[in-house]
Formats: sequence, structure tokens, C-alpha cells
Amino acid sequence: MSAAIAPLPTDKRQRTLITPEGIAIPVTIASRGSRMGALVLDFLILIFGLIAIFVFLAFVAEGLFEEMDNAVEGAISGAAEFLIILLILLIFMARYGYFLTMELGPRGATWGKRMVGIRVAARGGGRLTPEAIIARNLLRDIELFMPLIFLLIAPSGESGSFGLAGMVWFMVFMAFPFFNKDAMRAGDVIAGTWVVDAPRTRLAEALSTQGAAVQGTSDMTGARYEFGEEELSIYGEHELQTLERMLRDAQPEALSAVHATICRKIGWDPGAGDERAFLEAFYAQLRARLEGDMRFGKRKADKFS
Amino acid sequence: MKAPTIGSWFTRGEIAAPADIEGAALRSDRFRLEREGDWRRLEQIVIRMEKGGLRRVDDEDLLALPTLYRTAASSLSVARETSLDAATLGYLESLVQRAWFQVYGPRKGFFAWLREFFFGGWSRAVREIWLDICIALFVCVAGAVVGWLLVAQNSDWYYRLIPIGLAGDRGPGASRETLLASLGTEESTSGLSTFAASLFSNNAGVCILAFALGFAFGIPSLMLLVHNMAMLGAILWLFSEAGLIVEFSAWLSVHGTTELFGILLSGAAGLHIGRSMAFPGERSVLEAASISGRRSAVVMVGVVIMMVVAAILEAFPRQLVEGAQNRFIIGGTFGVFWLAYFFLYFPSGGIVDDLDDAEGLA
Repeated sequence: MSAAIAPLPTDKRQRTLITPEGIAIPVTIASRGSRMGALVLDFLILIFGLIAIFVFLAFVAEGLFEEMDNAVEGAISGAAEFLIILLILLIFMARYGYFLTMELGPRGATWGKRMVGIRVAARGGGRLTPEAIIARNLLRDIELFMPLIFLLIAPSGESGSFGLAGMVWFMVFMAFPFFNKDAMRAGDVIAGTWVVDAPRTRLAEALSTQGAAVQGTSDMTGARYEFGEEELSIYGEHELQTLERMLRDAQPEALSAVHATICRKIGWDPGAGDERAFLEAFYAQLRARLEGDMRFGKRKADKFS
Repeated sequence: MKAPTIGSWFTRGEIAAPADIEGAALRSDRFRLEREGDWRRLEQIVIRMEKGGLRRVDDEDLLALPTLYRTAASSLSVARETSLDAATLGYLESLVQRAWFQVYGPRKGFFAWLREFFFGGWSRAVREIWLDICIALFVCVAGAVVGWLLVAQNSDWYYRLIPIGLAGDRGPGASRETLLASLGTEESTSGLSTFAASLFSNNAGVCILAFALGFAFGIPSLMLLVHNMAMLGAILWLFSEAGLIVEFSAWLSVHGTTELFGILLSGAAGLHIGRSMAFPGERSVLEAASISGRRSAVVMVGVVIMMVVAAILEAFPRQLVEGAQNRFIIGGTFGVFWLAYFFLYFPSGGIVDDLDDAEGLA
């Protein structure tokens, strides 16, 4: 987790939930790409998990696996039979249980979803119920597993045009999220859920308690930076927040470039070596001015307004 | 990531060090520093809840949670109007959202939900889709009759309806002895539990398919029911030709009362979704779909459980118990049990979901 830098708002995916006590909470619909990524991650986890369990079982009970080949003929010991049942149930659980139990948890997300930072939520701000999770994951079966099985058995040639049918089926459901603005898949429609971004940002330090932002005085040179009315009226909120990001990222080259640009813009002579103090002071004074205006209902979105 | 002078400014301990509030040059930063402690405390609680539910949070924190949540939410709306600190705004938005998910997260654990499900939730959901069950039942019976009639007219239909693998040596023209033998019993239990597990996995998959296809306005669900029941009708004809209809029915009823009931319910659940999407009434299509989807999902959890029961019945009693009468008794008992459980069991004090939602934070 890196320090908090507010994500740039992507307006098309912004939604506002109104909670029962009337607080508006902004949510961002997860992008289709990140959902695809989460799905691929979940599949990898499932496949490698199953392989690991199989390898472990093969290692522990090597003889029983050999015996399983004879299972068709009916000669099989109790232990091998138990193992087969275990495997059948394991695959069943992997198919239906993994997504279900993970999304029922307090994070509302599978491991794959957690990794890309998204979660399941009830559409429109209600409570996410177990029924909804069950419904959306039962639908996953026809969206994903059925056509995948079609595709897997297609190359054997026994099933005729099954492969093609599976392909069309798969495409229809994969394309589904692209045809509604909330990027819902069929399961989300049935369950009344959607998938939203679940950002986990950490609180960054307050910038105005640091360095030259406090008094406008550089710790290094002792120089005092004071900006006048005219110099501060050039930039707006967008530039302020860009500057904030740069100060938090603290890349020396970027800072000196920005320093030069600002100096040119406000007509100062750009020096060298004390860029950070200059920018901190400029940031603090610009923000004080813009926030002051804000309290009187005057907002300046960017330098063009 | 930070410039060296900043890193030493304040250390990040377990509890946020009281920052230099007076030292902050900006009013919005003073606002933030004054409330930062509460935000961080809320964040700690939320992190603990995300990791392991309510049990990991002590009572004092739990009591403070609603207040802290509201504080953070009101801080957010104030900050939006007074602060241009993008980092703080981003943090607050994510914090309030995370806290909201925990405060309004599922109140019941999975096991509490399961208990509610067995003691009322399941049978209530089944009763709620009674109309769809009636339609599905009609379709099932019609399918079986059609299957019978088709095969009775032209026995070639048998091979079209029944996959080769399933038919085995049971086909038109098979001798009475062959057919009778296929209804026989096994001598030992060896291999039967494997049989049960694979039956379960297969049948539950079919049921989930029948349910999920309801998404296409229920038509594929009904087609699946018709197809399966036509197969049954064809086999019924085959055995009745050989004069074995009673033996076959007994053999089938052992698990059939449970399994066919389950398939019927899953088809009805699928149909319920399809019907409510086609005829949403005064609600929007999405709303209607989600309400019926959740209701059907409850029925489907029950169907999976019925499939477990059916698979055990199919693998053990059906293969081991002999005699039509005994088989009818087992099958009949289960059939009566399911009917009674679904339609005669009205437990009082079931938690109504809307009521549950309305409680909210209060």
C-alpha cells in the first residue's frame, strides 16, 4: 500500500450510494478489465490449488492412485474409494464453493478480486445478503464453467458442433457486461449486485505541517517565500492537486521541472537547489487562497477558468 | 518515497501521534489533524472486522463503531466543501466506504443463515414459487406423456431420446430378464459410495443448469425439463411393454421422489426468474430479476441438499434393497417428507428480510 493519492475520478463509472441515514458515499464501478483480471487470477488460484492438492495426495497415497485405475473393474479398497469420493467432492467444491464462501466473507471478494482491489456490493446501497451471493455464483456456472467444458471436450471431435456452440455461448455472456452501464454480468442482474472498486488508501501526512509550507521559510537556505495576490491567482484546483501529488511523490527531477514552470509563469527568476521549499510554500499559500475562496462559494477548477 | 526531512516529522506508531495541530498553516489541515485520531481508530476496527468478522473486535470498539462511522462520514462531507487536499479526500472516501460495507455487511454468519434456512427459510421460499412449481409440474408430466407416446408409436424414437451410454442393453426388444436384471441389487457396498459421489456431482450440476438457464426467460429451463421427462417417459414405456412397470416404478421411486422433486424445484426456480423478468409488473426488470433471483437461490441451496440425499439413496438403498414393496416404502416416505416439509411446515418467528434491513444502525 502506498501513501494515499486520490485516484483521478472517472466520471462514467462514478455512482453515489445513499445510505439509510442519508450519507452519500461515492463508489466507483469496477472496470471490466480489472474484473477480467480478477477472474483470471481466481482461475489460476483454483487450478494451481487443485494441482497442489493432487500432487500432495499423490505423494502421500501413491499406491491408492495406482489402484484407482482398477476402479473401473470394481476391485478397489476402501481407502482408494474414500480418496475418489474426496476428489469428486473437492472438484465440486472448487467449482461452486470457492467463489461462494470467499464472497460471503466480510471482504465480499475472492482472492483474485482482493488482489485487483474490487469487491461485490448490493446494487443501490442495500445490504449484501447471502442469497444474493448464492444467486450470482450459481449463474457463474452457465456463464463460465458450462461453455468452458464445451470448449474442453470440443477438440475430441465426438460432440460435433459443441465447440462452436460453447464459443458462441461464452461470447454472449462475456459480452454481457459491455452492454449495460454498470458492467453487470448476468449473475449480477439476477442477484441485484454489482462489483465496485474497494480502494484501501492510507492516510498521507498533512502537507501544511511540513517544511516551508508552515512559514514559507526554507529550512535549507532560510529564504522566505511570499507570493502575492497576482501570483496565486494563476492556478486552480486541478493544478494544486497535481502539485500535491508531485510533492508526495518527491521525485527531484519532476520537482525541479515544475519549479521552473511555475517560476516562468509567475515571472520569478528560477534559482536552483531549493526547489522543494519553494514548491511547499507555493502549495500551502495557493491552497490557503483557494480554500479561502471556497468558503465563500468561489471555486476555480483549473488555470483556464 | 518521502523527502528525508518529512520522514522524521512524525513517527507512525500504533496509535497516531498527536500531530502538531497549531503548527498547521491551513485551516483545512487543522480540521483534519483534529479528527485524524478518530479516523485511524475507525480504520483499525474496520481492518479487524475485514480480517475475521465481529469476534475480533472488542465490545468497546463495537459500541464506538456507529459513532466513528458517522463522524468519518460527516468529516467527508465537510472536507469536500472546505479542503482541497486530494490525499485526505481520497482516504476519507475509501475509509467511509469500507466502514459502510462493514456496518451494513451481512449481519448473519453463514451458519446462522443456514439455521434460519433449515427452520423456515427453505420451505417459505418453496411456497413462494408455488405457481412456478405448478407450471413446471405440468410441463414435466406433459414431457413424460410425450416421451411415452412418441416411443409407443415408433420405437426408433427411443434411440433419439436416450443417449447410448445411458441405455446400455436396455433397449426396445431387450428381453424381460435383461430388464429385470438391470433393476437388481448389488451384493456388496464396494464402489457404491464412489457411485453416490459422482451421481451427486452430476445431478447437482444438471439442477444448477436448469436453474441458471431460467435467465433466458425460463424457456430453456422448461425445455430441459421436457427433455429429461421425455427420457423418463420412454423408459417407462420400455418397462411397461415388458410388464415390469411396477418393478421399475419401485426401483425408480427410491431416489426418484427426492431427485425428481429436486429437478422439478430447480426448473421452477429457473422459471420463476424468467417469468418475473418477462412480466415484471410495476417494478423495473432489474429489480424484479434480483428479487426473484434471491428467492430462487434459496430454493437452489435446498435442491443441492436434496441431490445429496438423492445420491445417497440412489447408490445404497436402491442398489441394496430388494422387493418392490420395500422400495416403494423408502421412496414414498421421502416423497411424503418433502411435501410435508415444504407445504405443511410453517414455523413462526422467521426473520423477515425487510425488517432486518430497516433496523440498520439504530
